[in-house]
Amino acid sequence: MKLVGEKGVKRILMAVAFSAISALLLITLFIINEGLPFIFKYGIKDFLFASDWNPAQGKFGIFPMIAASLWVTFGAMIIGAPLGVAVALFLSEYAPRPLMKAVKPTIELLAAIPSVVYGFIGVVVLAPFIRSYFGGPGLSLLAGCIILGIMILPTVISISIDSIMAVPRSYREGSLALGATTWQTIHMVTIKASKSGIIASIILGLGRAVGETMAVIMVSGNSVNIPHAATDSVRTLTANIALEMSYATGMHREALFATGVVLFIGIIILNSFASVALRKRTAKR
Amino acid sequence: MRIDPRHTQKAAVAILAGATVLVLLILVFIIVFILEKGLPVVNLQFLTTNPQEMGRSGGIFPTIIGTIILPVVALLIATPLGVFTAVYLSEYTRENTLTRIIRFGTDCLAGIPSIIFGLFGYIFFVITLQMGWSIMAGSLTLAVMVLPTIIRTSEEAVRAVPKVYREVSFSLGASGWQTVRKVILPNALPGIVTGVMLSIGRSIGETAAVIFTAGSSLRIPTSAFDSVRTMAVHFYLLAREGISQENAYGTAATLIIAVLIVNLTAYWIMNRFIARRG
Amino acid sequence: MSKKTIYASVVVLAALVVFGCGKSKTTVTLAGSTAFQPFAEKLAEQYMQSHNNVNITVQGGGSAVGIQSANSGAAQIGMADMVQLPKEAQGLTSVIVARDGVAIVVNPKNPITNLTTDQVRDIFNGKITNWKEVGGNDAPITVVSREAGSGTRSSFEQIIGNIELKKDALVQDSNGTIRETVSNDPNSVSYLSHGLVNEKVKPLTLDGIQPTIENIVSGTYKISRPIFLLVKGQIQGEAKNFIDYILSPEGQKTIKDNGLLPANSK
Repeated sequence: MKLVGEKGVKRILMAVAFSAISALLLITLFIINEGLPFIFKYGIKDFLFASDWNPAQGKFGIFPMIAASLWVTFGAMIIGAPLGVAVALFLSEYAPRPLMKAVKPTIELLAAIPSVVYGFIGVVVLAPFIRSYFGGPGLSLLAGCIILGIMILPTVISISIDSIMAVPRSYREGSLALGATTWQTIHMVTIKASKSGIIASIILGLGRAVGETMAVIMVSGNSVNIPHAATDSVRTLTANIALEMSYATGMHREALFATGVVLFIGIIILNSFASVALRKRTAKR
Repeated sequence: MRIDPRHTQKAAVAILAGATVLVLLILVFIIVFILEKGLPVVNLQFLTTNPQEMGRSGGIFPTIIGTIILPVVALLIATPLGVFTAVYLSEYTRENTLTRIIRFGTDCLAGIPSIIFGLFGYIFFVITLQMGWSIMAGSLTLAVMVLPTIIRTSEEAVRAVPKVYREVSFSLGASGWQTVRKVILPNALPGIVTGVMLSIGRSIGETAAVIFTAGSSLRIPTSAFDSVRTMAVHFYLLAREGISQENAYGTAATLIIAVLIVNLTAYWIMNRFIARRG
Repeated sequence: MSKKTIYASVVVLAALVVFGCGKSKTTVTLAGSTAFQPFAEKLAEQYMQSHNNVNITVQGGGSAVGIQSANSGAAQIGMADMVQLPKEAQGLTSVIVARDGVAIVVNPKNPITNLTTDQVRDIFNGKITNWKEVGGNDAPITVVSREAGSGTRSSFEQIIGNIELKKDALVQDSNGTIRETVSNDPNSVSYLSHGLVNEKVKPLTLDGIQPTIENIVSGTYKISRPIFLLVKGQIQGEAKNFIDYILSPEGQKTIKDNGLLPANSK
C-alpha cells in the first residue's frame, strides 16, 4: 500500500535532513553568539598571541593553549592514524574472517570506555612510567598524545575496516590476476579505492582527539606554558575551557566561550586542509 | 635495485601484524586493569541496590538504568535523523557546493568538545525550553552530539554501495525510494551500524555533556522529565571527589562488561539479518 | 486488534512513559558545587526519610552553574563553594551551611613534616624550587594546584597571601585527582580539602599547627573556606525547611561526620 509517492518521500527526507542540519547550525550559532563578542571586546591579537592567562587579573592570552592543542593533536595523529590504518588493513586483508568479526566489536568497545577512565589509567599507569623513564612530572604532552592516540584508534580502525571491506572483490582479484602480491594489491589498489573512507575515519578520529577534554585534563598537567619538550606539562584549549567553566562568571566565562570559537575555527582550518588533500587525490584518477 | 615484491610483502605483513598485536595488547591491558580493580566489588547486590552514603557504599542500580535509557533514546532520535539525512544528501541531491558545505560542517562539529555540547544543552534544553535536568534534555543533547558521526558514516556507507547495484535496480523498474529501501540501505547496513555503535559507545562514556543536561540524580526515573545518573557520571563523581575508589572501578567494570555484551549482541543480530537475506 | 488500535495504544503508552505517572510531591532541586554535592545528597537522603512529601534532587555542574540555576529558577537552591561570591550572585540570598578546611599535602615518602606560611608562598610562587631548600631531599618540587576560580584554591591563595602561581605548576580539577597526583609523585606538593586526606597523602603542619577539625573550627589553623547555599528572593517554603534542616544540629552533625566543618566555625 503506497502511503506516499516518490515525491512525498523526497519531501520527507528533505525535511528530515533540514532539521538535522538546523540542529547542527543551532549549536554553531550558539558557540559564536557566546564567544564572539568577547573577542571584539578584548582584542584578537592579545587574545591569540599573548601568553598571559590570568583570569583574576583580567588577562586572557591563550597562545600557550593553542600551541599545546596543536602539539597534542599532531602527536595523537602520529600515534593513532598509522596504527589504526595498519590494524584495519591487517584485519580486513590478512586476518581470517572470523577473527576480524570477533575483534572489530571488541575494538569498538574501547570507544565506550569513558574518557575519565582513560584519564585515570593515564594518571595511575602512564604518568609514573613517563616520569621514571623520560623525566619531568609525568603528567605531560607525551602522556596526552599517547592516551589520545589510543582513544582515536576505535574510530579510525572501525571506519577504515568498513571502507576497505567495501572495495569490490573484483578490484583485488584483477590485481592478483595480473601477478601482484597481496601487499602490492593493497597499496596500489585497495588503499586507493578506500582512500575516501580512510581519510574520513582519520578526520573523525582527529575531531574526537581535538575535542577530548576529560582524559586530557587528567594526564597532561595543565600548566599554562608553552611546551619545550614532550615531557613538559601543557594545557590544551579544551582543557582550559573545561577546567575553569564550572567557576567562571562574567568576562571569564565569555573568554572561555571565545576559546571555543577559536577551537571551532581551528577545526575548520584542519578540515579544510584535509578536504583539499582529498580532492587532489580523487582528481588525479 | 628493485626489492623483490615478495620481500616487501613479508615486511608489510610483519609490520601490520605487529601493529595489530600492539593495539590488541593495549586493549587487553586496559580491560584487564579495570576488571582487576573493579570486579571484586561487583556482585548481584552491587548491581541491584541503590547507592548509599553518596556512593561510598551500596550499589549502582539507578545508574545502570540511566546508562541504558540515555543512549537508547539519543540514538532512537539521532539514527533515523542521521541516516535519512545521509540518504537524502547522497541519493536525492546532486553533488554541489551546498552538500559540500554540509559535509564539511558535520566533520567540523564532530570535533567540538563535549563540554560545549553540554553547555548548549543546559542553556537551550534545560533552561530555555524548561525541560529541567532530565532524560529529555540529556538524550536530545547526546543526539545532537552524535549526529555528525552518524551522518558521516552513513554517507560513506551509502556512497560505497557500487553504482552497478543502483543501475540494476532502476533497470528492473524500481523507484528511487524502493531502491533505497531494498538495495542501498541493506548493503550500507554494516557501515551504518559501525557509526551507530561508535555513537552508542560515545554516549555511554560521556560525562560532561550528561552532567549539564541529564543531571546526576540517584533516583530511579519515573518519567522522561526526571533526572538520571549514568555509570560514566557516577565513576566521574566517585573518582573525582575521592569518595570511593573501589566503587568507582566497580562501576567502570560493570560498564565495560555491559558495553561488550551490547556490542556483541548487536553484531550477532546484524550478522543473522545479513545471512538471512542471502 | 486492528492496526489502528495498536498504534493508538502505543502512542498512549509512550505518552504515559514520557510524562510520568503523575507527581504528587513537591520537588526541590539543588544545583552547583560538585564538592558539596555528595554532602547535599546525603542530607537529602536523610531529610526525605522523615519528610515523605518532598523530593529533593541534587545536581552538579560547578559553582557557576549553581549561581546561574538559582538565578534562572532551574534550581530552587544553588550551591557554591567559592570564597567570595561574584557579582552574578548579588541578587541572591546566601546562607553559609558548612566550611571546609584546606590541608597542605605531600607524598608519604617525603620526609618534610612542616612548612611555614612564607615557605609555602615561595614554593607556589616558584622562588623555592628544590626540596633541599626547606630541609628535604635534593629533588625538584612539583607544584600541583587547583584550577583558577576553585573555592579551595582561592581560599588557599588568599590566606597564604601574595601567591602568583608559577607558570609550570600542574593543575588538576578536583580533590580526587589532586590526591591521586600527589600520591603518585614523590616530589609533589599540593592542597586538598582536609576531609579527603587519607593514607595516600601526608598532611603537613602549617607554622607548626596541625590541620585537625578542632584547630580549624577554632581558627588556629588558618585555611578554610565557606560553602554557600543561594536562593532567589526570600528563603521560603520547602527550600527553607531543607535549609533549616541542614543548619540544625542533626544536619550539622552529618556534615561533620562526613568530613566537612559545621557552619559556625571560624
